[in-house]
Amino acid sequence: MRTKHVASFALLALAASTIAAGPAPRAGSVSGTVTFTGTPPKMMKIDMAKEPSCEKQHPTPVMTESVVTGPGSTLANVVVYVSAGDQPGPAPSATVRYDQKGCEYIPHVAVMHVGQPLEIYNNDQTSHNIHPLAKANPEWNKSQPAGSPPIKATYDKPEFIAVKCNVHPWMHGYFAVLATAHFATSDGNGKFTIPDLPPGKYTLIAWHERFGTQTQEVTVGESEAKADFVFKALPY
Amino acid sequence: MKRSNPVAVLVSGLGLCLLASGTAPLGAQEARVDGMQGNAGAGKQYYRRYCIGCHGKEGDGSGENAQWIDPRPRDFTIATFKCRSTPTGTLPTDADLFHAITRGFVTTNMPPWGPLTRQVRVDLVAYIKSFSPRWKTQGPGTPISIPAETPANMESILRGRELFQKMECWKCHGPAGHGDGPSASTLTDSKDNPIRPYNFSSGSRFKCGETNEDLYRIFMTGLDGTPMPSFADNIQPQDAWDLVHFLRTLQPLPTPEAAAWHAWLPAHAGELKPIGPDQGGQ
Repeated sequence: MRTKHVASFALLALAASTIAAGPAPRAGSVSGTVTFTGTPPKMMKIDMAKEPSCEKQHPTPVMTESVVTGPGSTLANVVVYVSAGDQPGPAPSATVRYDQKGCEYIPHVAVMHVGQPLEIYNNDQTSHNIHPLAKANPEWNKSQPAGSPPIKATYDKPEFIAVKCNVHPWMHGYFAVLATAHFATSDGNGKFTIPDLPPGKYTLIAWHERFGTQTQEVTVGESEAKADFVFKALPY
Repeated sequence: MKRSNPVAVLVSGLGLCLLASGTAPLGAQEARVDGMQGNAGAGKQYYRRYCIGCHGKEGDGSGENAQWIDPRPRDFTIATFKCRSTPTGTLPTDADLFHAITRGFVTTNMPPWGPLTRQVRVDLVAYIKSFSPRWKTQGPGTPISIPAETPANMESILRGRELFQKMECWKCHGPAGHGDGPSASTLTDSKDNPIRPYNFSSGSRFKCGETNEDLYRIFMTGLDGTPMPSFADNIQPQDAWDLVHFLRTLQPLPTPEAAAWHAWLPAHAGELKPIGPDQGGQ
């Protein structure tokens, strides 16, 4: 009796997988522009005089990056991701790379799937310490002298984690750990595209480190869906 | 297959619950230190008597005294602890927490609680662990292994001095270990409160102990929640003792390392390359 059940289940599963493996629905995408209203805070010049090996890599002073704006009141470094509506999948096996170069974090926001491998590189001639200030995930703090191998890490829970280097207090970045593989970061013109989304209804969240989050529902068909986000900027 | 009577299951389940509630309240956490078992239910009453004033009812470090205290009392709800035998980012062992309670934290408002009985302190460990859900889903990290201490001779001290330069310890602790490195004034802990790097010339005990082994553990595990990172990925275990031996020479204490250093230094001072970006220390 029990064996019979299992067998019929297996048949059913096989049938289902055959159907699913048929011609896959054409994947659509969501794209849009992130803008802001109001007055954003002024970014400050970073004085790297205490770290000459980094200072000399920058012919013009580096600015802080907590609010990076583009032409036409557009906003960069906004993480847009699917918060509801997509099927949970395994973490992508591709490694997310986070670089320390010229005493800056590149990219400013590293976006990754829960469980996705992360590698942190020190390209500088100075010692950094990587201190992601995680709360939902364990907080750790590791030194990385010049020339040492990359630090490998993964995060198990979705969280936006501020990253800092205590040796160089101007260094600030973020790890965006998401429970979805469908995400994008707005570029210098505020533009983003989330590719490869099967047709369906989704909830999108746009996150900015200073201005919080915006939520939007979107329906993806076989063509490109649009979703623009507008953040309210506060000067401080 | 024999079917169990659902009523019997219910009754025996109830009995178990009653039995359990007699010894420990529901959801109680336990602790074990050197064969002694601690119980959160028992720890709670001691916590409310001895700890609540600073660490608060919820264990979040916001007791009524907290506003007057610098550095701030530990927030147990995030389960991030400075003094561990385990790698950075992992939970400490019960013994680590027990030793922290016993030792207290020198230069802070946390006194040593050695006067409490061992049983009370182990019960407190169990109760402290009930404030964060991390203890329910994770075990403590595996304590780092510490090889036998190497001889504290001049060769070791000088190799340690090179590590102090190469690992850029001086960026925060200063070229001479006075806690006055170029980054020292900017340091904040993970709650954005200002924090000072240890000043070796103060000669005070370390927050996490006073032995060479404690010192070894401090820089290999890092002090989580503070700017002090773990160097476990960058310093080999056999080399770590060299750094320990050098760090001892920075303290005004009658240690064998300091004695060897001060006997050697007058005849060899000119041979030393200065520590720091350009000017000398020591």
